[in-house]
Amino acid sequence: MKPGKDIFGWRGKYIDIDLNAGFYEVKEHFADVLLKFLGGRGLAGHYLRNTIRLGWDDPRTPLLFFTGPLVDTPSPTSGRMTIMSKSPLTGTIGDSSVGGTFGTNLKRAGFDGIIIRGCSQFLCGVEINDGGIHIIDASRLEWLETGPCFSALAGKGSVAVIGPAAENGVLFSNIMVDRRHAAGRNGLGLVMASKNLKYITVSGTRKTRVFDPEKLKKANEDVFRLTAASPFISGKFGISRFGTGALYDLMDSRGMTPTDNFKKSKFSSAREMNAFAYKKRYGSGRTGCSGCHIRCKHIDRMGNSLPEFETMSHFSALLLNRDIGIVAEANRICNETGMDTISAAATLSCYAEISGKTLSGRNIISLLTDIAKGQGEGIELGRGSARYAESKGRSETAMTVKGQELSAYDPRGAYGMALAFAVSTRGACHLRAYPISHEILRKPVATDRFSFAGKARIIKIAEDLNAAADSLTACKFVFMAASLEEYAGVFSAVTGVETSARDLFEIGERICYNERIMNFANGFDAADDILPDRFFRKDADDSGQTARPIDKDAFLKTLENYRRVRGLTGSGRPDPETAKKLDLTLIPDNTKHG
Amino acid sequence: MDNLFQHYEQKLAESGIAETGATLMGVLDADLEWNRMDPLCKKLTPLFDCLTINSLLLIVPAEPYRSIIRFLAETSHGPIQPQDCETRTFLHDIPVCRDLNPAAISSCLQIRKGVVTPDYGIVTHGSVSIEQAFVSCSSICFASFVKFFSDYLSLAASGGLTGPHRRLFEKVWGLIDPMPEMDSTLLEGPFQTEFEVRTAMMEAGSATVKKRLVDSYFGNISYCCDEVLYISQTGSSLDDLEHCIDPCPLDESSCASMTASSELPAHFEVIKQTGARAILHGHPKFAVILSMDCRIADCPIKGECYRKCDRDRSVCGVPIVPGEVGSGPYGLCNTIPKALTGKSGVIVYGHGVFTSGDTDFNDPFRRLLEIENGCRREYLKRVEE
Ligand SMILES: [Zn+2]
Repeated sequence: MKPGKDIFGWRGKYIDIDLNAGFYEVKEHFADVLLKFLGGRGLAGHYLRNTIRLGWDDPRTPLLFFTGPLVDTPSPTSGRMTIMSKSPLTGTIGDSSVGGTFGTNLKRAGFDGIIIRGCSQFLCGVEINDGGIHIIDASRLEWLETGPCFSALAGKGSVAVIGPAAENGVLFSNIMVDRRHAAGRNGLGLVMASKNLKYITVSGTRKTRVFDPEKLKKANEDVFRLTAASPFISGKFGISRFGTGALYDLMDSRGMTPTDNFKKSKFSSAREMNAFAYKKRYGSGRTGCSGCHIRCKHIDRMGNSLPEFETMSHFSALLLNRDIGIVAEANRICNETGMDTISAAATLSCYAEISGKTLSGRNIISLLTDIAKGQGEGIELGRGSARYAESKGRSETAMTVKGQELSAYDPRGAYGMALAFAVSTRGACHLRAYPISHEILRKPVATDRFSFAGKARIIKIAEDLNAAADSLTACKFVFMAASLEEYAGVFSAVTGVETSARDLFEIGERICYNERIMNFANGFDAADDILPDRFFRKDADDSGQTARPIDKDAFLKTLENYRRVRGLTGSGRPDPETAKKLDLTLIPDNTKHG
Repeated sequence: MDNLFQHYEQKLAESGIAETGATLMGVLDADLEWNRMDPLCKKLTPLFDCLTINSLLLIVPAEPYRSIIRFLAETSHGPIQPQDCETRTFLHDIPVCRDLNPAAISSCLQIRKGVVTPDYGIVTHGSVSIEQAFVSCSSICFASFVKFFSDYLSLAASGGLTGPHRRLFEKVWGLIDPMPEMDSTLLEGPFQTEFEVRTAMMEAGSATVKKRLVDSYFGNISYCCDEVLYISQTGSSLDDLEHCIDPCPLDESSCASMTASSELPAHFEVIKQTGARAILHGHPKFAVILSMDCRIADCPIKGECYRKCDRDRSVCGVPIVPGEVGSGPYGLCNTIPKALTGKSGVIVYGHGVFTSGDTDFNDPFRRLLEIENGCRREYLKRVEE
């Protein structure tokens, strides 16, 4: 594919800010970079690469905010962007796709992305608007929770902010966007805190240009038609009506609810803590990202976010908590203080197992508060379950991959999910390949969830697809109904670059491989692509409440197949031939977990 | 892998769409495996490099599909363009390739579910499973069958039939399945327990498949017991429902049926509005063909009959209604319940038949057979007129 003379979709420029010097430059992308990496996660990965061997807290390590060509156009579900850096929690590349209006505003201000380097002398904020870019003293917001920050910054457009958890060194702290949207996982909030940066605001009024609006309208119709026919998205019990919490009942009915720190897979109170119960108790308002017709975000009568599926599940079953009010309150605390709900809940459940007690609702709330405030036992827990368990000599109780906590799908109930958790480039992550689509939701067709047959290649292809989605950007949920075929049409209409689904898959593959190269440069290899031993153990539980263990030999064989399909050597090393085929180079030399 | 190959060889044989022994299946994970070695494997293998797929299926259609598809391919001058619901929502059209040239086949398969090559058969693919390839093959056969007989009927009406076309029709007519008959009764209801419900659904589902009343992309089935609607899952085969029935409480207090058939909203409304307990939905071919036989010239909604037709239409006393899958403004859930009030069967334009019963699946199943056999007789009558 070739770019047109005039630029459509992309803005062609990004901001490079150096907080050491309090100085910024507006830069243009090199010619082929946009076509090679699209935007969002792909482009951020490209700009992260050169510094990937530095520590996350090295001032030279960049924090990147990147949108894609579809953002701020009428393309369906295009309101997202990626925030990326090196992950404090895992040491891998760290990234998060986040919704809200930040990406849209950034595009309207005239930029595809922001790179932030250095460390400010004082707690600062960055304010971007049509008029320019300003670095502002933010000391008045120090230690402030995110809600009051959003209120204080109202009127400045879209806002990304960190809360006290990040300022207190929590390794799984978030960046919160527009009050309700969390850039979760990987601890990116802490990277922002390490730069002495409390917030970024952005607003813009210059609309992104679309190459062929008529063609886009037609391409969009295909996507709308498919999402309207999708039970998962638009159905009677889909996420549009019930939010992602709709998955709660489904996981319960498949015996895949991680319960009691993954010791069991069935939670006896699930029926009383489902999406329907939240709707009844808190009302059923809806909102969503800009540019999205699905609007899966559910809010209560006061306009506060209701817990997403992962939060609902981990703050109930994983901790054996049977009180919906505690889940809602835990969710509120995590959002206000800026912490990842999955890692927070999973770290508490690891703590519960090690201390041999079931946490009461009050325990949960007070421990969360301690973590966010960096006080008492919260200091150790704020480092995440892997470090906490190791410090207690109980590493087997940390349900993590590469140091990041597993989300709310028991891998024993879906073998593709087991593989996807293990091979994700940012530590345990359900979204990288989301095999739940075929293993549970039967889309595009059902695959046998208790079989590894074919899964290596399926997972590789899905990773490539989602990398492309995160770079266009489009919401991964829409691909439960549409495919890259339809989005190739959308992309071509927006940018004027003739593209096929096949081209987009190849870009996705390049993006994933680039991440593999960066992780390998920091010492991550085949040995790191593994699940906690608990999932292979036959003696785990005999109550009948736990899914059958995974056959470890079959799992390892599938990992071997995955590496072959992905083009990695047996030890997980990226291979020069594959890199060359994808127009990438390797990063020379490596040190274990740098 | 051998199990998988056997499973699909058997499914193809039972559905009557493929010549046994001639099927080729290739599945790629870390390595590419074929169900058997054949000189054609060499021609198909490059497709795995130029498409993002993990499975390929080549079938030689069994009669009458072989003659039908060959005829359509030779006379279409471009892709075959059936007008049924299956094609509209799923296949779009059926491209034709003269031979098995990988480049030509791959450019078709990049944008379509399958391609027809008159001398070799039908090639379809899957991105996660060979199941997709099977479904596409089945859909292509169904859509081709419906198109062949629909076209013939409209030519007969307009007096445009040629001698060879007539002779082909007679040959093909002699090759289609005999009229299905109900040869034994199904379990008798009303069913009181979940176990009874599931058993009855599995039995009725199998019977529907065995009588080839859902040749193509899955039908669906449901039964309401104790304020819970039990319904087959989306993309499940009616003859393999053991782990594929979702319970859906009528008060909507659980989302566990998120994986239910995409026609759940229609089933749900029928149960609520008509008081029926059992619903069966299949895609019998002659009912579908006659539902599209409309002779009104210059209709203002031409091309959108499938969702907008508001005329009072019926065939053999069975109402024909428009409607799309799902719960949108043109959703089947708006048209079917009304049509099934006081009636036990309805035909959806270009799509299939819904039947209902008050106690068990005997009435809906019998009604489905009656409607299809009635439509077949009516079809011949209209052709002969
Ligand atoms: Zn149907």
